[in-house]
This record gives sequence, C-alpha cells and structure tokens, in this order.
Amino acid sequence: MSAAVFVAGAGVISGIGNNVPECLSALENSTTGIDRISYLRTNHQGLLPASEVKLGNAELALLSGFQPSTSRNVMLSMIAAKEAWDNSGINSMPGLRTGFVSATTIGGMDKTENFFVDFVADHNKGRLRDLAYHECGNVSQAVAEKLGIKHHVSTISTACSSSANAIMYGARLIKHNILDAVIAGGTDALTRFTLNGFNTLLILDEQYCQPFDENRRGLNLGEGAGYIVLVSERVASVLKKDPGCSLSGYCNFNDAYHQTASSPEGDGPYGAMIGALKMSGLQPEDIDYINLHGTGTSNNDSSEGAAIKRLFEPHYPKMSSTKTFTGHTLGASAGIEAVFSTLAIKAGIVYPNLRLQTPMAELPFVPEINFSRNQNIKNVLSNSFGFGGNCSSLIFSKN
Amino acid sequence: MKVYIRSAACISPQKTFNNPSFLDEAVERVGNRLNCIEPDYNEIIDPKLTRRMSRVIKMSVASAFACLKNAGIDKPEAIVTGTAYGCLEDTGTFLTNMVEQDEEPLSPVAFVQSTHNTIGAQIALLLKCNSYNNTFVNGSISFENALLDAMMLLAENTDHILVGGMDEITDMSHAILSRTGLYKRTPISNFDLFKSGTKGTVGGEGAAFFLLSNTANENNLACIDDVSTFHKPADITETARQIEAFFEAQSIDSGDIDLLIWGNNGDTKNDEIYSQLKQSVFSGIASINYKNLCGEYPVSTAFASWLGANIIKSNHIPDSLNPEGSINDKIRRVLIYNHYQNIHHSLILLSSC
Repeated sequence: MSAAVFVAGAGVISGIGNNVPECLSALENSTTGIDRISYLRTNHQGLLPASEVKLGNAELALLSGFQPSTSRNVMLSMIAAKEAWDNSGINSMPGLRTGFVSATTIGGMDKTENFFVDFVADHNKGRLRDLAYHECGNVSQAVAEKLGIKHHVSTISTACSSSANAIMYGARLIKHNILDAVIAGGTDALTRFTLNGFNTLLILDEQYCQPFDENRRGLNLGEGAGYIVLVSERVASVLKKDPGCSLSGYCNFNDAYHQTASSPEGDGPYGAMIGALKMSGLQPEDIDYINLHGTGTSNNDSSEGAAIKRLFEPHYPKMSSTKTFTGHTLGASAGIEAVFSTLAIKAGIVYPNLRLQTPMAELPFVPEINFSRNQNIKNVLSNSFGFGGNCSSLIFSKN
Repeated sequence: MKVYIRSAACISPQKTFNNPSFLDEAVERVGNRLNCIEPDYNEIIDPKLTRRMSRVIKMSVASAFACLKNAGIDKPEAIVTGTAYGCLEDTGTFLTNMVEQDEEPLSPVAFVQSTHNTIGAQIALLLKCNSYNNTFVNGSISFENALLDAMMLLAENTDHILVGGMDEITDMSHAILSRTGLYKRTPISNFDLFKSGTKGTVGGEGAAFFLLSNTANENNLACIDDVSTFHKPADITETARQIEAFFEAQSIDSGDIDLLIWGNNGDTKNDEIYSQLKQSVFSGIASINYKNLCGEYPVSTAFASWLGANIIKSNHIPDSLNPEGSINDKIRRVLIYNHYQNIHHSLILLSSC
C-alpha cells in the first residue's frame, strides 16, 4: 500500500460564495452567509436563519449544466465537483483511473418533499420524476456521468461526518492502487425535511449561531458542496503545479454513546482526533490550526471542547468554526471544511470564529476571532461529528 | 484481496434466520411483494429498544447479532453497511407528518431514525463498539461498496469486520415502485416468477450480515475472492467484455466456475440480458436463480452472498433452487452476477476455503 495521498484541487459552493475565490473573500472580510431564509419554501422563513447558497435553481442550472427541474442537491454537487476537477488539471491527463466518492444525507429530498405534498393526499398522485434523485446514489451518479468519471462511483451517508468519510474512502482507494485520482467530498441542499427535523430536536438557533460561546443557543443550517481532488504520489509528481498539501491522517471512530448526543467527555471526538494524529505520525503540538466541528449546540461544543482539552493541554493550536459563515451544511460540511483547511495550509490562513462574545467558562482556550494570513500553518486538523456517534477527523499537511 | 466469511446471518422472505436446515422448503407467496419472515425480536433485542425501531432496523440488528454470535465475536473491528433506501419507514413517517401538520412541531423520533447510518449506529451503540463505522448509500451496489470497504480494511491490519446489506419495503415504497412499473400488475406465485413471460418483477426485502476475517478457521463458510461493479454498459458486448475482464483479473475462465447465482427477476426485458450472456460468457455454467426466493430489491446480492457462502460450505444446492445444468461433485467456485435495471452491474466471486 502506498503511503501518501496529495490534494491536487478544490472546489466549493456555500452560503458565502459560489466558488473558492468568492468563499475565501467572504472569509477574509468576515461576511457571514447566514441570513433570513429566502430560497427554500418553508413556514419557517423569517423565524429560523440559515446559510443558503444565494442562487435560485434557474441560476444553479446555468452554472451546473443541469435542467432547472433537477434536484438542487445535484446542481450544488456538480458546481463544486467541477471546480475541483478543473482546478486539479487531472482532466487533461489521459489513462488515469478516476473516481467520484460523494457524500449526502438527503439525496434528492428537496424534490421528494414536494412529491409528498400530493402523494400524502392520494397515493396515485405526485410526479414520479420528482423522485428521480431520491436515492442518494443517484445524485452522485448524475454528477459523475456529467464529469465523465467511470471507474468508480460511490456514495456515503454517515450524517454530519459523511464527507469526511468520503474523503477517507477516496484516499484508501488510491492507497490500495484501485484508483489514481478521486474527487471526494459531499453535498447537501437545504430542505424542509432537515430544517423541520433539526427543529423538532430543538437545536436550531433562532438568532445567528455562536459556536464555542458560553451563551450559545444552537446551530444554523446551511447548504452547499465541497470537494477536494486526491491523487497518488505518482500522479502528483507529474502535475504541472505542486499540490503543496497532502492528506496525512484520518480516523473514523464511533462514540457509541447516544443516537443524537455526544458523550460529555468527548470520547468519540477524542478517539477520532488521536487516531488521525497517530496515522500522520504527528504530535498534538504539531497541529497549527483546528477547523472545529463547532456547530453551536450546547452538547457538541462541550463534548468537542472537552476532547480538545484532553488531547492538547497545555499547547492549544489556533482554532475556529467556519460554520459561523456557512452554517452547518451536514453531509457537505466536512467537504467544505476540507477545502478551507487546504487553503489554510497553502496561504497560511487562520479563519475567524464569528460572533464570539463570551468564551466557554469550562474551557481553557479561546477560538480565533480575527482573519489572518501568512501564518506558519503546516498541519491542519478538521473535525466532523455526527448523529449515530459517527466521529471523523482529517489531518492535512504541508508537503 | 481474498478474505474469509466466518459467519453469515440473514432475515429474508424465506426461513433463513436461525434455521439449521438450509432452505429445505421454500416459502410460496402469491402477489407481487415478498415480505420478510421475521423472528420474535424480543428474544434478541431488549424489548424497550425494539418498540421504537422500524422493521429494517430490527431485521438488521437481529441479523448482525446472530452473525456475531455464530462467529463467536463480541465486538467487530469495523461495522460497514450498505443500503439503497435507508430507513424508508421513518423517512415516510416524518415526511407525512410534515405535510399533514404543515411544518408544525413534530416528533423527532422518526427524523432521528431516518438517517441512513441509523442501522450501523444502532449496532455500534448496542455493542458499545467504538471502531470504524461507515454506511454506503449507492443504489443497487451499496452492498458491493460496503464489501470493498471491508476488504480494504482487512488489508489494513484489521480483522473481524461486520458487513451487511439491508433494504425494506414499506406500503409507501411499494405503492410508488408499483407506479413506476417495477412490479407485475397481476398476482403471481414466486415459484412461477420465471414462467410468466410478462413485464415486471416481485418486490423483495431483507437484511444479511457477514463477519469477514483474515484468519483461516475451520468454521469459515467460504472466501470472497473479489467484488467488482460496472455502470451503464453501452450494450451487451460491453457487458460481456466487462465480465471477461473480471475473469482475466482473477486468472480464471468460465470453466473454473462451478455455479453461477444470477439475478433474473422475472421481468422479460430485464432477464434478456442474462439469457444473452448465457449464450456467450456464461455458456455451459450451471446456474441458479435467487430472486424467486427473496424478490427484487437493491441490495439483493447480500442475500445471494449468504446463499452462495452456504452452498459452498455445505457443498449442497437445495432442491428448492432448481439448478440448471449439471452440478460438479465439489462446488469450489461460485460467481454471483446481478444487474439492476441495466444500470449497475455487479460480480462477486466466492470460493471454498
């Protein structure tokens, strides 16, 4: 098994921008994407803020090349995956075994929930074509076909850690010499299904979320897609531009504590982080920046914070939750945050944790509140923890 | 990447669960829907927990537990599942409530259990198992994805991987899939599935789990030599070429395969692909069908793998399977070939240990 897997490209669409430069600019200017809901039709408009992609389906269709009637999730996935693929320059290299490993928690639920309005009233009603993307796998398949990727397509769904597991799986397909290059990450559009689901759990913030704040009230949902292009050492060596960044460690660890809550001591987050460190051969003090899972719920931030304290005390790296910009994009979050993490390495960036007013009393560290560039960032840890105890951490390292 | 199947357990429309006899009698149903024969879950899972679990969760947890028990393993080193639809019953319940109550506050239970990783997560929670946990949701090759993940894990210094495939039929999914024309319009006996000469199949469901290992053991049922998939072949020639490429990669030819378990589902158009391949790459191989027993569903190859592993271990093909062609005295190699609506095609090669 070959050891190193390099990051050759990145693509993202989120509430703060439709591509990498737009997102980076919003991050630099501390411009959040969280706002009043205005694209999703829901009774919660005006009551629950969210970070929507600031484009209607007709505009997404133009950008993605799909019909406007296609699931919004397919179009978001296509836009970010294509940016990553083009950015990598792999497309011009013939004869490679290529794959698409995409994560999503909702598939084409945006269309299914419209279908159900008619279907609930009468099981003979509802347009069947609205179910074309209900199965998560159909979302990935549609995008892979449009990108011309044939050797391997797979779809992963492990709640909020989904796209971290997609990135891990993609890397392993390369290490096992099954593929040469993989677009890996995830996508999730905002839907009434997830908005109402999280609302029933009473973990949505009616104001703008404040992760790692003593007075945090919950999370804001978001939508988007984020992908990185992973390549083998052999492919990396012949690329026109130096990838500059590798995926040096990862770990999938289950909290096995509760279906929706994290353990108070953060056993799952701790296990995922220490497992990723072990694989990368790094010590805790080698980590320069942590892109926190940092949802803003009382439970997540306590649990994640406790795990960071256990692992890093007394040398705390800089850290922040970029969900203060993008909202929690669920199955897309680890993909989007992987893109931000690799950008952090390339340009020495530390992102701000917006709206932090009162640091959590129980924690001896405070997330960063300012954007900074040209820092010495060699290793970035990115955390993603989800329902079902699914905890995953990734480590990106400067080459 | 050869791995061993230490144990297998399966809940299906046949009497496959905790049954020492191996499909001695097949269960006949008339209709277009084959539902699972379910055990008394209270003997397997804490009744306090089963109350909230949907059918697919109960079927999966029960077969996962039985699989681990058969293998004598308390905690696997990884849990990997594959499901095309995930937890359909809870998804349908939450969607219905959302529509009927016009997004007013709803119960979170159905939402929480609707996520695709609920099954893998419930198994981990009940076993207090912290190890690697992953869920593939890739249509009709979800189980094959999960197998590939498990086989890679076994090559990465782990042993004892629990891997499963599951999908359920609900009244809603059956109503919807009937409207798409997937199922036969008139009731049919599953025993006559391949005699009808009409369009459509019968719906099926099931949960099958396997404990995969690197370690040789006299109890191992069979080996998995390899798993491979391909997508939307241009025509039958490309399908045959892909299958030949699989043979080449395994350094075998069709004469080395003692039994083919293939995915005919009784739909004339669907099954034409199998009969064409019988004239070419699969010519002369003894074969059995399996969807007359479990029905058509996306991860039906998990049932076929359970079947194949047991055939190899017992060196016996139950009469209920009506094998076609002459069977060799010793069944050493079994190939499972399935396609789902000519979109995803998959090949799983099993062999005796």
